[in-house]
Amino acid sequence: MQLVVFVVCAVGAVAAGAAVFRVDSMARATFALLASFVFVAVDVLLLHLAYLGVLVILMMIMEMVVMAVFMIMYMMNPAGLMPMSMMHNRRGALAISAGTFVLLAAGILLVRWPARRGAPPAEPTRQLGEALMGSKMLVMMVLGLALFATMVATVVLAQHRGRYDRYGDELERRVPDDPIRGGVGR
Amino acid sequence: MVRQAPLWTALLAGAVLLALATIAAVGRGVAVARRAAGAGTPVAEVARLLAQQRRSTLAADRLLWRSGPAAVCVAAALAALVVPLGRWTAWDSPVGVVWFNAMEVVVWAGLWLVGWGANSVWGVVAGYRFLAQGLAYELPHMFALTTVALGAGSLRVGDVVAAQSGLWFVVWMPVAFVAYLVAALAMAFWGPFDAPAQADLAGGLGAELSGVDALLLRAGRYLMLTAAAAFAVPAFLGGGAGPLLPAWLWSLLKTVAVLGFLVWLRDRLPTVRMERYTELSWLVLLPATLVQALLVAIVVLLR
Repeated sequence: MQLVVFVVCAVGAVAAGAAVFRVDSMARATFALLASFVFVAVDVLLLHLAYLGVLVILMMIMEMVVMAVFMIMYMMNPAGLMPMSMMHNRRGALAISAGTFVLLAAGILLVRWPARRGAPPAEPTRQLGEALMGSKMLVMMVLGLALFATMVATVVLAQHRGRYDRYGDELERRVPDDPIRGGVGR
Repeated sequence: MVRQAPLWTALLAGAVLLALATIAAVGRGVAVARRAAGAGTPVAEVARLLAQQRRSTLAADRLLWRSGPAAVCVAAALAALVVPLGRWTAWDSPVGVVWFNAMEVVVWAGLWLVGWGANSVWGVVAGYRFLAQGLAYELPHMFALTTVALGAGSLRVGDVVAAQSGLWFVVWMPVAFVAYLVAALAMAFWGPFDAPAQADLAGGLGAELSGVDALLLRAGRYLMLTAAAAFAVPAFLGGGAGPLLPAWLWSLLKTVAVLGFLVWLRDRLPTVRMERYTELSWLVLLPATLVQALLVAIVVLLR
């Protein structure tokens, strides 16, 4: 049963991944990629990593839907009305992908895999939390800070109007002058 | 306390969800017609939509379009799997709270697909409206669920119910409960959050839908609202706890009460525009849920 689910999801993930480059609309490409991620998430669930598997599903759906918005905004042929291709730099891409495949496959076959010592923990979610909040805390804090700073910087750079537009040249306005009013009475 | 039921009960969970959603639709029919004659409205609508021929639009992306409404229905059914009915649950997942959250997010994808696939301006605008709504309601919703998991010290829905044997979470997490109910309305684009399906967009998401697809979208909306109301019971209202009556009946009664409240709210509040709600959500609701999570964390640490 597990083997069947694994094979179906593994083949499905690869097929959906390939479909990203075969379909002719950005919307379809995005959702083919999402399908590929969900198949991988099911394989993660098979490893009894329930939290990580469900989290992959949750995050990937949100990410792909938000990505669809941006991809359709910036990329060619959003509606699939004209021919489009997701393939660029064909020779280079072929060389890189073939090289990566050979490297990973050789690694799988040549590395002497260690035998398992001990048993899996009863609660992998707790183990994960303790690892993230314990020994890996510094890494996670730096990572979180860097991501947050990136987001703030991107929003600031993308802003059409700065604070002088909103609050006046001397920042004298008490209430900002916004073209679209928000919901808290400003 | 809450135990895993046999596998076939997954079907039972779906049937109960469908029955409750039907009750909600019938209740809404009565409320709109202001007399008992409205009770037949949902049944008549189902019959009409089943018989109606599917229309299509020029150059519609049919695969994506038709998978949208189906995804909403499937997501609601899968979300309901982790909701315990009294002492039994169809799927006693160790990460039930996260599972419910993940299935609720499927609605994002489903509704965007509905809007996009039709190749119609009304649908596309409505799809983007729902995404803006999603970005506004999702974080307070996640923090509300986080607070619940924090209070219980577990992501298993059964443990969440067990943690409320002394005091229901709604009593000492009122802000999280309110944020949860607001998100429940928003994820079913119900009540004040029905801008993606409003008349100013000629029906928005449903503007070009017909036949079975329209039926699935409307059913999915009720199913999602019902699933969200049902999950509020183990998360905040003590699950099946209550005097005299059996636990499963208490679960059902509480679900019907929450669902009835959500359905009743719909005609009491005007539609809120997304830019307004986004600011309200990020500047008021999000800090409020964060403070709530902090207070709960302190209580959990001290106790």
